Amino acid sequence: MQSILELKNIGYSYHNLHGETKALKDISFGVREGEFIAIVGPSGCGKSTLLSIIAGLLSPEEGTIVVNNPDGALHYPKIGYMLQRDHLFEWRTVYRNVTLGLELNHKMTPERLEAVDRLLKDYGLDKFKDKRPDELSGGMKQRAALIRTLALEPQLLLLDEPFSALDYQTRLFVSADICRLIRAAGKTMIIITHDLAEAISLADRIIVLSGRPAVVKKEVNVHLTLADDSPLAARNAPEFQQYFNMLWEELTHET
Amino acid sequence: MKPEASLKQEPERTKRHKSGTELTKQEEFIRKHKRHHHEITSWRTFLFVLFLVLWEVSADRKWIDSFFFSSPSRVLRCFVEQLRSNSMLSHIGVTLFETLFSFLLVIALSLLVATLLWHSKKLSEILEPYLVVLNSLPKSALAPLFIVWLGTGTRTIIVAGMSVAVFGSIISFYTGFQQVDSEKVTLIYTLGGSRRDAFLKVVLPGSVPILLSTAKVNIGLALVGVIIGEFLAARRGLGYLIIYGSQVFQLDMVITSIIVLCVIALGFYKSIQAIEHQIRIRFKM
Repeated sequence: MQSILELKNIGYSYHNLHGETKALKDISFGVREGEFIAIVGPSGCGKSTLLSIIAGLLSPEEGTIVVNNPDGALHYPKIGYMLQRDHLFEWRTVYRNVTLGLELNHKMTPERLEAVDRLLKDYGLDKFKDKRPDELSGGMKQRAALIRTLALEPQLLLLDEPFSALDYQTRLFVSADICRLIRAAGKTMIIITHDLAEAISLADRIIVLSGRPAVVKKEVNVHLTLADDSPLAARNAPEFQQYFNMLWEELTHET
Repeated sequence: MKPEASLKQEPERTKRHKSGTELTKQEEFIRKHKRHHHEITSWRTFLFVLFLVLWEVSADRKWIDSFFFSSPSRVLRCFVEQLRSNSMLSHIGVTLFETLFSFLLVIALSLLVATLLWHSKKLSEILEPYLVVLNSLPKSALAPLFIVWLGTGTRTIIVAGMSVAVFGSIISFYTGFQQVDSEKVTLIYTLGGSRRDAFLKVVLPGSVPILLSTAKVNIGLALVGVIIGEFLAARRGLGYLIIYGSQVFQLDMVITSIIVLCVIALGFYKSIQAIEHQIRIRFKM
């Protein structure tokens, strides 16, 4: 399958008075439609910087991003970005939170709002529409944040350690849950995580970055034999431990 | 056998006591909480009454000279007299109007300036030392200048009231704007919003608690400024009444005005607290 997005030799540095810190060096990889990619690497290696560049929030100092839309159009794919925390605004109701993106883009059209209502219903949040975010559980907040992102109908979802604020048990359920919903919506996804188990259980392909300046050390295609679709299924798959050890080697080798 | 018997009795008695009054732990907690509040209120009232009684008695017994120190009954008499001659109400009205007006101007002006500072980082860096110096300057030093520039009258007094509060208020608002979670601002950008959206949808609503607490401080500061202004440049208002009273040695009038000021300050504080409460309920903060 063809890549919808191709990163070519991306480089980026941070500058301050004491000098230049190279964050990314010569990063190249493609993103295929419908694919789930996990990016792992030591903390502070520039994973978030890479995601910001893909999202267009930062422009790369070196290299280019090539876009291949299936229909041959030139526009950049529409991006949905999920940050580390849900950042639902306490001063808005759940409904006004999930429609925030539409409000900002002046797209509060009946069709879009209908789509939001459908998502709220599908994700079991329709009863909480008029509640405040603090009345939702951690998992429901993440679902609301996902609806807020999906409301703008993005083609590519970028998730920057989106579950790191949750406790371990909730995290297992929510990460499996959110990724199932994104897959069901037929979106392409790039997720940053420092949790190797999470990367193996969620992604089709794992990109391992080195420490600063980050280069692509390894790309791993993940194929698991799943017994059922519970959040723990992937972690119980026979291949899981092998992948884990391989990634562990890769990450610890350098230091 | 005796000590054993007494040991057995102890828990029984507490049980009976509990079932007798039928208190759950929650009810007990609420009762304790209410009792605590009740106690605080009683002590407050007691102190106030004690102060009034001591003051009255010591004036009555000539332990203090009531010509200099007045007394509750003389204050009351003075207040009623002033009310009859209709001048007290107009003095109170003038001070209230001037304070509220300068308070509202302070809020509007500092919101505007803080917004500009937030909008332009460069401007905020340039103006920072000026704001800090102006904020720590004793504003009463400026009052004589205001009189020369603006003459005596309401305008001068409102400017004096503003001058005390405005610089601190700008600094507080701006600090509040900056303390809003920068990731929330990033969120607006990831959803395709502009910098203006970031301000209106995140920074402003996110700083409401700080705006409110600053407002609570500012209403008091505006009152301070207005009284300073009235000392120097007024023919009406409680500040004028205090200065006039001290010049003609009518200390009853001075003390009455001060007590009225206490009540006004309390009223302002309580009103803003009520507004804050309403806003908190509306936005569930």
